Amino acid sequence: MTTQPTPEMRAVYAQTLLDLAQQDERILLLEADLMRATGTRPFLEALPSRTYNVGVAEANLVGLAAGLSATGKIPFANTFACFAARRAYDQFFISANYARLNVKLVGTDPGVTAAYNGGTHMTFEDLGLMRNIPGLVVLEPCDPVSLAELIRQTAYHAGCTYMRLHRGVAPAIHASQGHLLLGKGVMLRDGEDLTLIAAGVVMVNEALAAADLLANDGHSAAVIDMHTIKPIDIELVLESATRTGALVTCENHQVINGLGSAVAEVLAERRPTLLRRVGVQDEFGEVGPLDYLKERFGLTAENIRQQALDLLQAKSGR
Amino acid sequence: MEEHEKRFLAAKAKKVRQLTIDSIGRLGVGHVGGSMSIAEVLTLLYYRHMNVDPQDPRRRDRDQLVLSKGHAGPSLYAVLADKGYFPMDWLHTLNRGGTRLPSHCDRNLTPGVDMTTGSLGQGLSAAVGIALGNRLDNIESTVYCIIGDGESNEGQVWEAAQAASQYCLGNLIAFTDYNKMQIDGYMCDVMNIEDLTAKWVAFGWFALRVNGHDLEEMDRAIERAKAQKHRPSMIVLDTIKGKGIYFAEGKLASHNMPVAYADALEAIDRLEKEG
Repeated sequence: MTTQPTPEMRAVYAQTLLDLAQQDERILLLEADLMRATGTRPFLEALPSRTYNVGVAEANLVGLAAGLSATGKIPFANTFACFAARRAYDQFFISANYARLNVKLVGTDPGVTAAYNGGTHMTFEDLGLMRNIPGLVVLEPCDPVSLAELIRQTAYHAGCTYMRLHRGVAPAIHASQGHLLLGKGVMLRDGEDLTLIAAGVVMVNEALAAADLLANDGHSAAVIDMHTIKPIDIELVLESATRTGALVTCENHQVINGLGSAVAEVLAERRPTLLRRVGVQDEFGEVGPLDYLKERFGLTAENIRQQALDLLQAKSGR
Repeated sequence: MEEHEKRFLAAKAKKVRQLTIDSIGRLGVGHVGGSMSIAEVLTLLYYRHMNVDPQDPRRRDRDQLVLSKGHAGPSLYAVLADKGYFPMDWLHTLNRGGTRLPSHCDRNLTPGVDMTTGSLGQGLSAAVGIALGNRLDNIESTVYCIIGDGESNEGQVWEAAQAASQYCLGNLIAFTDYNKMQIDGYMCDVMNIEDLTAKWVAFGWFALRVNGHDLEEMDRAIERAKAQKHRPSMIVLDTIKGKGIYFAEGKLASHNMPVAYADALEAIDRLEKEG
């Protein structure tokens, strides 16, 4: 039996975008001198006249995308998440979103996956920045299966989107694409004692591992892939709160204004429920290998387990 | 340019100034200086050069204008109202709650406005994107862009300048409203941008500098720019901030100033008498 080699997420991104673009000439690729990192060279090779590399100029990357979308094009603009969110925020805010245009912004290497690029390149705040843009769809797919489907839906969503893209290899988690919908979280594993709500490659995998650890501890944890951070799936959050009475959010991001905040907002206003937020605790990033950084910032299955056990104790004491 | 055309355009420029100061005067405050300094170029574009249809403001093959110095919206609104994009009485609603005419241009609110602008430095990038989109669709229209001189302090202007040159955008013609003043003072004192024409040339643009209140001189410059098929053009306009408004002309304070309606009416009257 031969096993299919697991593709890098960026390869899935490039191929999916190319497939879409070959069927729809409105779809364009924009880059800012990071094509080698974002992995989109196959797109350039197949469709050079629909690829624009603006050089090291992220403000112009986003502004140019806004102008292209004003002519009916569907531009996908890629750069590292740190530049997409921090450097070009005003351009994305005004020229793209406030102008009600249609720019698909993609930020690669989110959070600790910036690894050897270090603190300067480590975005723990992009989801927060983006969540504050009115009407923007913000997402972070966790595996190649959901990535491919969500790119398609992103392309045909009327309006701007921001997607966090994990660059490297990621195992398939979703069995199929049929059930995937922007704005709708997916229950990956059912459970009764608590719910782990995670987003992105790093944290969905850690959450699944944490659920295994908790099972060994005798606790049944549900796991949700909340691939769309905005709009958050309010129904699923409330349903999980009612069913399990305890939630842990898991994000490769600051706990401030990211996934954990989004869930906390839903719960606080509609159904106050015990909650712990696993994520970066108001700190800047730093350099190091991925495993070191995950430990350093508590983005691990073991930390999720500890937070969950603490939460379950609080729950039983109620 | 025929004499009667020149007279027609000069009368239109005067009317643009009158409508603009009327709308600002009714509100009591506004961006007088930078609205007045571009009255001639707007007139020349909308009444002579741009292929547009007020009945079909989003027609795909139209010429477009990105007014990157979005705070000069009031003078663009005067032109668009006069062209028939929307009723003249909309001009009385400038900046009122619920208006379709906000201080800074908004493509979703105002028929005829091609791009939302106001955060300085961003318009030229959008214009480059529109020019690229038109070229992809084989649409032979021209994208115009007006940037401010103070705005040219913004780094993004020069990012967009590089890109327009790299992509050989012969369908892009930009102007700099060079009235030599920015909010906090004269440009040479705050942040000098000379040699401005040489800078655009160095970025690979066809660039020239003309009197921004001389219709014939500007017209010739636009014709020369249109003849550039493989590179973008920058026409630097030497202008006077607040031009034509007796209490604003040449005054640093004219950027965003209070205007009593009686003074606006006096300005309208003086413009009329000056012919």
